[in-house]
Amino acid sequence: MRDRSWSSGVYMAEFSSARELLAAVHAFAERGYTQLETYSPVPLRTGIARRRSWLPMVVFVAGEIGGIVSYAIQWFANVYSYPLDIGGRPANAIPAFIIPTFEGTVLAASLAAFVGFFVIARLPQPWHPVFDIDGFERATIDRYWLAVDAADPHSAPDRTIRELGALSPVRVLQLDAER
Amino acid sequence: MSAAALPSPGIAQPASDEWPLMRGDPTDASLTDAVLAPLWHSSPAWWALFAFSAAGTLLLLGTVAYTVMVGIGTWGNNIPVAWAFAITNFVWWIGIGHAGTFISAFLLLLNQKWRGSINRVAEAMTIFALVNAALFPLLHLGRPWFFYWLVPYPATMNVWPNFKSALPWDVAAVTTYFTVSLLFWFLGLVPDLASARDRAPTLLRRRVYGVFAMGWRGSGFQWQRYRVAYVLLAGLATPLVISVHSVVSLDFSIAQLPGWHSTIFPPYFVVGAIYSGLAMVLILLLPVRRAFHLSGIITEAHLNAIAKLMLAMGLMLAYSYVIETFMAWYSADAAERYTYLVGRPFGPYAVAYWIMTVLNVLSPQLFWSKRLRTNTAALFLVSVGILTGMWMERFLIIVTSLNRDFLTSSWHIYMPTWVDWGILAGSFGLFGFLFLLFLRFVPSVAISEVKSLRLELASRRRAESSHA
Repeated sequence: MRDRSWSSGVYMAEFSSARELLAAVHAFAERGYTQLETYSPVPLRTGIARRRSWLPMVVFVAGEIGGIVSYAIQWFANVYSYPLDIGGRPANAIPAFIIPTFEGTVLAASLAAFVGFFVIARLPQPWHPVFDIDGFERATIDRYWLAVDAADPHSAPDRTIRELGALSPVRVLQLDAER
Repeated sequence: MSAAALPSPGIAQPASDEWPLMRGDPTDASLTDAVLAPLWHSSPAWWALFAFSAAGTLLLLGTVAYTVMVGIGTWGNNIPVAWAFAITNFVWWIGIGHAGTFISAFLLLLNQKWRGSINRVAEAMTIFALVNAALFPLLHLGRPWFFYWLVPYPATMNVWPNFKSALPWDVAAVTTYFTVSLLFWFLGLVPDLASARDRAPTLLRRRVYGVFAMGWRGSGFQWQRYRVAYVLLAGLATPLVISVHSVVSLDFSIAQLPGWHSTIFPPYFVVGAIYSGLAMVLILLLPVRRAFHLSGIITEAHLNAIAKLMLAMGLMLAYSYVIETFMAWYSADAAERYTYLVGRPFGPYAVAYWIMTVLNVLSPQLFWSKRLRTNTAALFLVSVGILTGMWMERFLIIVTSLNRDFLTSSWHIYMPTWVDWGILAGSFGLFGFLFLLFLRFVPSVAISEVKSLRLELASRRRAESSHA
């Protein structure tokens, strides 16, 4: 789940260790919840199903384009626009052009990976509902949060909060829908 | 459930049995605070070093300004030694940069978990070394204000760069390397900048780190996409470790001078580059580890691993020295034989040759000893020696090939001027200046990676104890 549309609000629980968070995700997934999201200071393998990222494809295509454009620039400059005859060597000097072509490929692919990540992750994002939670700062330090979308077909206000509370979290809270 | 598995594939390489990758029993919070502490408090030692390196930076600015105003006639190089200090410094600094990418990208793909506590310093070193490196070819152009002529852009002059020359290759290789290193560094920093934002003591700092953290909140979705992007960038940076210094070496090997025209140059330069870079990593890391009390996360296991890598690189470099000398003899070319067998070891720059041989080939042999591999004084001294030796190697390759080539009537002795020395010394100043600023404003250890490692070690310990 992405945490950008909590149209009916969200239930959140704070845990003090990764182990407890993972156990909580596991318990909720077993009960049939699907709209789960976690917040943690370290990457975790939570088992929450996510679509495959299309970033590798973007990077691949960008790299191809970068390579073609780099070669094309060299061809245009040294073969078409301003050929230089140096010792009778061919104007279209493929071995010499390999190096800038390689660099152009890597450069374009890297820029695509970098920019693509921020686009996909919807960053920079100066504000997000979770930032209004007092003490959420510790999510980047040593606290582990579980968010259950209230729109999850499985969730019901009292039951979800009770189920979260049963996992011995530091606290459980509810955020109302913002927009 | 088997807790806290990390998204990276495979099992972490076990550290050496004797030395743990992490000492003590830190918590997430104590690890974060230990790394972030230098951001909130400075020390007199930092200010003293900062003032010293700022003075060095002023020296660089002064000598560069003098060079630009008067011209590169202020340097000692002239025909036939047209390349001298400038290109030596360029090759040396850019080589130093290689260890950063080696540690951050290469070792990431090889799933070497120990890199986590040293990669940030190594990456910062790469970027600052590249800043220095890029300065020298620009100044060496003679008219640095026309540097953009090297970039292919549609100009009214209708003249284009000649891509059959090595100079545009260097431009492509160095700008790509710098850009990718910077992107990789910043991407790695984002979660740590968020930690800094969330621990910052004042509102202003919270806001500044908040802007650079881009609104990172550590959601599972963000982490997963982040890992994808990070590994992709690592994969893209990895060929650069090999390619950048290979391209630099082509500046030499596509020429026909004795001592340059050789097919061994690309791997030989790459090995030397990683070698000198690892030495610089140690020179920076050992004081940082001590001053910031990080020996709990940068342990003997790390020092041991770097020392072993240096020994391996030193052996490969020694092999390159032997092979290039052998090939000079085997080619039966009089000029090649003279350069390798007489000119370098017994010519006017013989001192540099023997310094290079002793420091690059003999000094790393100390690291066959396990005790010396974790002895910080030995590591520091040998590293200084290796950096000196590598500088001598670059100097020898450039100057001895140019100063005595085929035609004895054009032999010439090159001597550097005070401006040459000033720029070299000033470049150390700039490097230190940037590195000290980095230490004060940027988390110097990848906090999230170290915390991941802690989690992994803890779950492994639990698994072992439950197994027992």
